Amino acid sequence: MHCTINGNRTEMVIDPRTSLLDFLRDHLGLTGTKKGCNQGACGACTVLVDGERINACLAFAVQYQGRSITTVEGLSRGGALHPLQQAFIKHDGFQCGYCTPGQLCSAIAMANEIERGIPSFVTKNLSTETALLDHDELRERMSGNLCRCGAYNGIVEAISETFAKEPA
Amino acid sequence: MNPFDYLQADNASNAVKLASAAAAGKYLGGGTNLVDLMRETVERPDTLVDVTDLSRRIEARPDGSVMIGAAVKNTALAADRTVRRNFPLLSRAILAGASGQIRNMATVGGNILQRTRCTYFYDEASRCNKRDPGRGCDAIDGFNRYHAILGASPSCVATHPSDMCVALAALDAIVHLEGPEGVRMLKLVDLHRLPGGRPDIETELRPHELITDVELPALSFAARSTYRKVRDRASYAFALVSVAAALDLGDDGNVKDVRVALGGVAHKPWRALKMEAALRGRAATEVNFRAAAEGELSDAAGLRDNAFNRTRQADDRCRPR
Amino acid sequence: MSVLKDTAQKALQTAISFVPDRWLPGAEPDPMRTKHGLIGAPVSRVDGPLKVEGKARFAAEVPYENMAYAALACSTISRGRIAALETAKAEAAPGVLLVMTYRNAPRMAPPPVMNSAPKAAGASDLPVMQDADIHWNGEPVALVLAETQEQADYAKSLIRVTYDLEPAITSFDVAKTRAHPPENILGEPSSIEFGDAEAALNGAAHRVDLMYRTPRYNHNAIELHAATVAWEGDKLTIHDATQMVNSTAWTVAQVFGLKEEQVRVLSPYVGGGFGGKCLWNHQILAAAASKLAGRPVRIALSREEVFRIVGGRTTTEQRVAIGAKPDGTLAALIHTGVAAMTTHNSCPEQFTFPARHLYAADTLKVAQDVADMDMVANTFMRAPGESIGTFALECAVDELAETMQLDPIELRRRIEPEKDPTTGHAFSSRNLIEAYRRGAEKFGWDKRDPTPRARRKGEWLIGMGCATATYPYYRMPGGAARIRLTREGRAIVSTAVHEMGMGTSTVQQQHVAARLGMSFDAVTFEYGDSTLPAGSMAGGSSQTASISATIIAATEALTKELLKLAGNDSPLAGLKPDQVEARNGGLCKRDEPDRFESYASILGRSQRQEVTCEASGPLPLEAQKYSMHSYGAQFCEMRVNMVTGETRVSRFLGSFDTGRILNSMTATSQFKGGIIMGLGLALTEETNFDARFGRIMNPSLAEYHVPVHMDVPRIDVIWNDIPDPHSPLGAHGIGEIGITGVGAAVANAVYNATGKRVRELPITLDKLL
Repeated sequence: MHCTINGNRTEMVIDPRTSLLDFLRDHLGLTGTKKGCNQGACGACTVLVDGERINACLAFAVQYQGRSITTVEGLSRGGALHPLQQAFIKHDGFQCGYCTPGQLCSAIAMANEIERGIPSFVTKNLSTETALLDHDELRERMSGNLCRCGAYNGIVEAISETFAKEPA
Repeated sequence: MNPFDYLQADNASNAVKLASAAAAGKYLGGGTNLVDLMRETVERPDTLVDVTDLSRRIEARPDGSVMIGAAVKNTALAADRTVRRNFPLLSRAILAGASGQIRNMATVGGNILQRTRCTYFYDEASRCNKRDPGRGCDAIDGFNRYHAILGASPSCVATHPSDMCVALAALDAIVHLEGPEGVRMLKLVDLHRLPGGRPDIETELRPHELITDVELPALSFAARSTYRKVRDRASYAFALVSVAAALDLGDDGNVKDVRVALGGVAHKPWRALKMEAALRGRAATEVNFRAAAEGELSDAAGLRDNAFNRTRQADDRCRPR
Repeated sequence: MSVLKDTAQKALQTAISFVPDRWLPGAEPDPMRTKHGLIGAPVSRVDGPLKVEGKARFAAEVPYENMAYAALACSTISRGRIAALETAKAEAAPGVLLVMTYRNAPRMAPPPVMNSAPKAAGASDLPVMQDADIHWNGEPVALVLAETQEQADYAKSLIRVTYDLEPAITSFDVAKTRAHPPENILGEPSSIEFGDAEAALNGAAHRVDLMYRTPRYNHNAIELHAATVAWEGDKLTIHDATQMVNSTAWTVAQVFGLKEEQVRVLSPYVGGGFGGKCLWNHQILAAAASKLAGRPVRIALSREEVFRIVGGRTTTEQRVAIGAKPDGTLAALIHTGVAAMTTHNSCPEQFTFPARHLYAADTLKVAQDVADMDMVANTFMRAPGESIGTFALECAVDELAETMQLDPIELRRRIEPEKDPTTGHAFSSRNLIEAYRRGAEKFGWDKRDPTPRARRKGEWLIGMGCATATYPYYRMPGGAARIRLTREGRAIVSTAVHEMGMGTSTVQQQHVAARLGMSFDAVTFEYGDSTLPAGSMAGGSSQTASISATIIAATEALTKELLKLAGNDSPLAGLKPDQVEARNGGLCKRDEPDRFESYASILGRSQRQEVTCEASGPLPLEAQKYSMHSYGAQFCEMRVNMVTGETRVSRFLGSFDTGRILNSMTATSQFKGGIIMGLGLALTEETNFDARFGRIMNPSLAEYHVPVHMDVPRIDVIWNDIPDPHSPLGAHGIGEIGITGVGAAVANAVYNATGKRVRELPITLDKLL
């Protein structure tokens, strides 16, 4: 049994009860992915599975054998920060930094969802094939990631600058 | 969380066989509700049969109906072109629920079978007839802002939390099932039960019966439909009340046909048949909508914290857009 | 805060008449107070790269060999005794190392409760798992230690407990019938009265007399409370998520009968605190279990356990009555009320504090009581008292303005006091009206129609409201800082303080760089470790001023030492410390910059690799001499749906008067963070405490609604940036001021939109139908 984590093939020898989140944090020492509620209500544990964002706390690790998982530790490229990571620093998109890995992973997948034309609750016309990255769309789509320090404005600015063709 | 065996099924018959063989087997979809309930020890299966590899197909048929595999993810269904174009209330209902992450995990079958958010149901210290039949209900006189105003019983005032199901109820969706005794179909509105004296029995599913597909019958005017959700924050919260509605307006300004279902108000997605009947053939005016809504809610009963729901819904439904 | 006041106030007041101090009148002002450079600049966070890469290591992430994992079982009753405690099944479950209960827990002293001693950190002084008594619904009754977290969690579910119930007070309505004044409120009297306020109210030309209610709230920092603990002989190390490393070390030492030095507490990163990351049962229980098992222990609370074991902001009922004369000045100001508390903690929620200092009135009456309840000890949560006190007071001021047909900002101009209304002290720095002026202009307050329901767009009614923000200036006594200056031109500054996202390390690195005339990158700031020189706790918005004072003292000591080392062959020869200043990596004569020698040169000539100086800050006498507070004007634009009662904040602006801003980027974030938590306080958040059982019924982030992205508009923040002449660097702490006034600004905007005065928080949609 194995999966791929941040490009590395990883053996999985685990209790079926172990969540993907605990597998990453406690078994692999990849503690960048955070636990904030363990019930899918805060988004701190967001990771990418084959490019799609999920809450690792609600996932049994055994369900993800053979899949490719990217965590915050896998976002930088060749030692350089991902542009979104840089933008978070520039726009002060965090304070304590605890929700940050989840916000980053979530935003990267969200930008991809927009690229693929996946609508959101605030998309006005569902029959159009394209989705915009305006202020409302961005905030609605990121609402699964709580930030108690209240860095929302900075997060939105960072995401907009990194992904939007036009500023949100 | 109890220890359990994890098994995978690659087809429905196999899944049913695996689950039936266990003493306390359950099907595992996206896990977004079941995993949480297992952590809270509300659910204690000894075997989980992973059914996420079952059908993920969305088939738009020539007659206008759509077949949806039970393992289709919520995001995929909401984003499907046919559904967006022909059944926008379903897309929007799904998109109103949970978060992007959870919609990527949750399956259609799992969404239908999610359990109530009543906090007394979740709390081991509280009395709950759903978790512990016959013990009593602490919600009836407790915090019940999110609780039922329609079809509740002295045993249980919990509500069904799904947004998607409200749209499915309005659309007369049909649920395809496979169980140890073979396959059968049920209308979604007949799948969930009202609590009565046995709120622990939430659906008409037989032991180890599995949802394999959901069928949307053709509905010509479903393209003119929407989903309105009212909640305690702007996003990522369960509904205090929601409305799925589709409207067929005649050239004369009268209602030719209409479908309405309510969420957040009952133990099941609530199809508003009285309201629909009251509207058919009537002029589409605010007064008529309000009267129809009042009619639907004539039996509504408020508890300590949720009586406001009755007023708001009546008003809210006056404005299907 | 009350530590300072309780233990030192009287002595200070005597001493103040003859002890000169840097920030008191007559002292030479600190040149750094106005000097620019990096201080004030928007320097991005030094820990930014670590945090965006997920490399900042939090308390639950510290690895140990042979770690054991803990899970807690908690009581389901509010008061009584454990009758039966069945642990055999749990003990027999796979992987279980031990089950700790009151029967086998080590004997431990109760933690000294906060404010009972200078370093006391106990959230309550109840004994921790020492007997069969239950004091609140959710109190830990057993701890399971196992090889894995999954095993511990499962075993915990096998424990069965039955109780002998005793009568409990779990209804605030019942408790408040027996309310009584607390001994003091953070060292201040629980009531103050001058003049006959009730009579003046009755005789006033205009008056309002209103009741306000606020619910319980929980901090809900996204990082769950956690600790990783390990014993090495009789030495205990706690990797904690805490706002008080020194106090935790001292208090845990009392619990286990150790010397303070035997307990080391490390907390380099804290995933949000807001007053909640202090010493609760879990650190003590983990240390006890670790001692029993002889293994390192990780305890990480679940979200539900955080609600059960860690207290939040308590519930209050407040009366505000204001009487005004025809000219708009106040004849009477009354703010009274009651807050729920327990008999074993010390957090009376100082909601009457704003009324003691904000407005001029002929007569004043403030009085607050506490109502004892059987519940988890309530605690300090971001601007305890001021956040909800300003809700009541500032809503009432708005109502009074309406009664008088006066613009609410104009009313505040007329009631602006010349000196502190209760202490009579001069204000050190108070520019509230200027904050209102600038805020109103930027926000477009002149476009507000004072008539409710006057603006509408589709289904949405639109309204504007404003309110005063205020929070006291505190500086903690007793802290120290150490500076190590190396010949390579680096400065390492060390003090046991905290970084929960406020920007502490970044701001102090800016400060030290400016003060030592070095580049930002040449400075390292060490903190978050109780073995460093004792630092301030992160509370009461006091840390920045407290640290700054210690760094200033340490720099002065360093300057003295450097001049001594420079000796007679230096261009600095013969100069006294007050004749030199730091510049370009060295010292020079202030009025003769060419008389300069670099640190490297001084150290080199004296054959030293480095020089180290440590010093304590002076006593915070300035706060005894002056009325020192931060102020602000909060502006809110609300949209309220006429059909559903849904609320949306469409615009928000905070205009602050908080002395000098030390880093415009992190300060903006702090203000916005406070405002956003204020939006939650106003609109969405509430802890549901079931009065029948004393049990919190929404212990989850799904059911306790903190604001999400979609709830938060772009927020504007501006500030006066007028340095306070009497505080270190001219600055005030700003962690808490942002949340104050927000509840009232929102409620006043809701009123302007809808014509409905909601006087009970949160303003959920049902209250607007």
